[in-house]
Amino acid sequence: MYGFLIAVGILLLISIIWMVYRIQTLVSVVKGSDKKVASGSNKVNAMMFVLFLVGSGVLMFWYSIKEFDNYNPPLASEHGAVTDQLFWITMAVTGVIFIITHVLLFWFPYKYQYKEDRKAAFYPDNNKLEVIWTVVPAIVLALLVIGGWKAWSDITKPAPENAHVVELLGYQFAWEVRYPGMDNVLGANDYRLTNASNVSGVDFSDKNAHDDFNSPVVVIPKGEPVLFKIRARDVLHSVFAPHMRLKMDAVPGMPTKFWFVATKTTEEMRAELNDPEFEYEIACTEVCGKGHFSMRRVINVVEPAEYRKWLAEQKPYIVNNPALVENLSPEMKELAEITISEHK
Amino acid sequence: MATAHTATHSASAHDHHDDHEHHDNFITKYIFTTDHKMIGKQFLVTGIFWAIIGGLLSIIFRLQLGFPDMELYWLKPILGGWIDDAGKLDPNFYLALVTMHGTIMVFFVLTAGLSGTFSNFLIPLQIGARDMASGFMNMLSYWFFFLSGVIMFISLFIETGPASGGWVVYPPLSALEQAMPGSGLGMTLWLIAMTCFIASSLLGGINYITTVINLRTKGMSFSRLPLTIWAFFLTAVIGLLSFPVLFSAALLLVFDRSFGTSFYLSDIYIGGEALPNTGGSPVLYQHLFWFLGHPEVYIVLLPALGITSEIISVNSRKPIFGYKAMIISMLGITILSFIVWAHHMFVSGMNPFLGSIFMFLTLIIAIPSAVKVFNYLTTLWRGNLIFTPGMLFSIGLVSFFISGGLTGIFLGNSAIDIQLHDTYFVVAHFHLVMGSASFFGLMAGVYHWFPKMFGRMMDARLGYIHFWLTFIGVYMVFFPMHYIGIAGFPRRYYSWTNFEFSNMYTDLNMFVSVAAIITFGAQLIFLFNFFYSMYRGRVASLNPWRSNTLEWTTPLHPKHGNWPGEIPTVYRWPYDYSKPGAAEDFIPQTVPLSATPESNLPHEQELVKLEKAIIADEEEVLVANESKES
Ligand code: HEM
Ligand SMILES: [Cu+2]
Ligand SMILES: [Cu+2]
Repeated sequence: MYGFLIAVGILLLISIIWMVYRIQTLVSVVKGSDKKVASGSNKVNAMMFVLFLVGSGVLMFWYSIKEFDNYNPPLASEHGAVTDQLFWITMAVTGVIFIITHVLLFWFPYKYQYKEDRKAAFYPDNNKLEVIWTVVPAIVLALLVIGGWKAWSDITKPAPENAHVVELLGYQFAWEVRYPGMDNVLGANDYRLTNASNVSGVDFSDKNAHDDFNSPVVVIPKGEPVLFKIRARDVLHSVFAPHMRLKMDAVPGMPTKFWFVATKTTEEMRAELNDPEFEYEIACTEVCGKGHFSMRRVINVVEPAEYRKWLAEQKPYIVNNPALVENLSPEMKELAEITISEHK
Repeated sequence: MATAHTATHSASAHDHHDDHEHHDNFITKYIFTTDHKMIGKQFLVTGIFWAIIGGLLSIIFRLQLGFPDMELYWLKPILGGWIDDAGKLDPNFYLALVTMHGTIMVFFVLTAGLSGTFSNFLIPLQIGARDMASGFMNMLSYWFFFLSGVIMFISLFIETGPASGGWVVYPPLSALEQAMPGSGLGMTLWLIAMTCFIASSLLGGINYITTVINLRTKGMSFSRLPLTIWAFFLTAVIGLLSFPVLFSAALLLVFDRSFGTSFYLSDIYIGGEALPNTGGSPVLYQHLFWFLGHPEVYIVLLPALGITSEIISVNSRKPIFGYKAMIISMLGITILSFIVWAHHMFVSGMNPFLGSIFMFLTLIIAIPSAVKVFNYLTTLWRGNLIFTPGMLFSIGLVSFFISGGLTGIFLGNSAIDIQLHDTYFVVAHFHLVMGSASFFGLMAGVYHWFPKMFGRMMDARLGYIHFWLTFIGVYMVFFPMHYIGIAGFPRRYYSWTNFEFSNMYTDLNMFVSVAAIITFGAQLIFLFNFFYSMYRGRVASLNPWRSNTLEWTTPLHPKHGNWPGEIPTVYRWPYDYSKPGAAEDFIPQTVPLSATPESNLPHEQELVKLEKAIIADEEEVLVANESKES
């Protein structure tokens, strides 16, 4: 059905082109306009530029204003406020340049369209102008860059000592979320230990791993620094939390990180947006195969007190699955048993 | 056709000089030709073929994005098993489509189709040479490209599908067959095809550079070269320096894929199995790739900028404003393009300090780009503008260059790029600044030099319709992508409905898809115009745009060798349009300064003496030669 429609459409288009073409060649031959330097179409084209300028300008402003709240993802991190501000400053600066240059670009064709009795100005150069429009953009860009550089240095500096650690491991096609437990230190890992019951390849012969646990949801406290430790175990992935203005690739063999401070709990954001369904989300932004578009995790931002309560309730890997420690050395096993009994 | 006869008389006088030339047969004339003009046309037609393929692929995945619920059974005859029983496109094949679209457009259409066509066609004609430095290498260059295309084309039809890891083919995804079906045979074919392509680019590039340096006609100093030639020359230099790096990246990838090395692989557990590779780094590949990848965007863009500089000047009837500044900008871009590559890797996990460095370097490269825009605008100012289709496309290019260039300032700022990286904002950015701008440069060039290529005119009015549909269409397709990019929609997604933050704008995506189909359809007008005019178009006059450059001094259908007699000598720069005092509004490069005392500028008046001495010298030699011969 579609095929037929498309075929008809194409046929129609071709025949229209053909007819327009035949008619207008004949007309131009009759009028003798095919020998002129600039035909009557010159005026039409010049007009079109102005029409385009006005039409698309109106469309752009209308849509940008009308949709403003829709295309701006709600913001929920401290550094995000800075990068958003940089974004909008850059938008203002480039917006002005965009408009000025386009007004000139589309108005000149109208103003200076061909007239037989006019001669173009012979104006091959002007060093002063060239210097001005090299130096001015240089200064403007330098200012923008300095702002960006400061923000970037702050964002990428080492995380505060007290940051809550969460490990995100990307694999085809999901994220494994691992918490370090009460000691806030993740246990060691080795990719060779990976199997169906040990997704992150945790090395349980490291004592720090004993209280590590996983969670289907990334739970983090509001107002306190959180450090994402990011790994991948098969191909590249990338952690993207749009509301946190956070993105960092997950690279096999090279752990990466990103720290931030969330500013609003999920509940607060729900109230603010008047949307009881709202969730903070994590997506993957580095192509990783068939399921790339479905690597979703939810971030649940809660009050610090609630976070601590939640943390205390979680059961470590080894509690949920004691088989994980079966092959450990006797001393290690003993330590593990203690942890397990603590959590009973 | 009635109109066909009106303009012929001006050309026919030149048409029978070549009785003594050897006669080519079909094969040496059209297939294994060493004539740069025919090779240019071969590149052009092949490029158009690939543009159609690349465009069709994008229509298929735009259908998926715009109409996710559509049943695609009607595509089963071509796509077979890639359409499942519910009539849905396979997500793996979606990625294959995206990857092939990117590869084809960037390399086959906008590198080979643009540089290949116009560097080949214009360099000898505009610098006054009989052919390229090596016609044979030039021929090889085309046939390597052709071979590369054949291999890439075959890869579209193999059972596991073509390469699917994105046009950047980052390992480990592209290195491990287990990771996705496209990383099997499809990826192998991609690597072979790209190797042929690199060979083709290098053969072409060496030729362009040598020809420009060595074969310029008398008087054609570097300061009298048209900006087109400057652009092609610098493009070739960039290509020559950066393509070998892509080759090394690809070679190491081949080793990792087939010979068990660990250049890019480390600590991988996939398909239920831990691989033995350790110590490699996927980030190394990214550095190598973008060391070509960023210069590549200028390889694609510079020729288009060169072409528009020429066309805007001719059709404004004005010298290009700031000829020297334009050259310096292009030189600046050439050099800087090699030291900004890591701005594609701000969040790749590389050291953030590197991010700072590359942020500064990246924003420096915006300056020469800005200078070029201002110079274009000033060239239009107080001109006497004739809107040929070539001129329209050139103005369109400037618009895209501004729109897309400005969003580069966001992306070049590493702090802002955190949010925007790998979203549709990037897609909007590079489609405007690199995709559409270069495509418009290609179109402008075709409309402008078609009379020289085929001796006939393309139909102007169809050209206008083609331009307006395409210009408006491109903005309708790519402008909305900024909004969904700011909203955070990630690239290379088969569907956005899995996430709440991106489970919206279905209307906008539908709009984009419809606009894309219309825009693609509008290209049929061009195809018709192109092939119809080739045989039935109005016969062109010798210099239809009243232009100054040398190519318009050749006969209507230049033979292999370009000029029947002596190669003309050049006496002035190519931009003497509307010179005060001159009767006509253009003075070709072949007119001596001594012949135009009424319009010479003071410093040119000085040069006249020198010129007269040279001409006198030459005549002496000529006379001496003649007396020897007789
Ligand atoms: C003028 C010609 C330009 C061309 C042809 C061009 C082309 C491209 C292309 C193809 C990409 C996509 C890379 C990908 O696959 O993700 C890209 C991204 C990028 N461009 Fe441009 N660009 C140009 C100008 C600029 C300018 C002027 C800037 C900065 C001032 C810039 C900064 C960037 C950055 C930082 C990215 C990476 C963004 C990201 O990956 O998130 N570009 N550009
Ligand atoms: Cu992914
Ligand atoms: Cu780049």
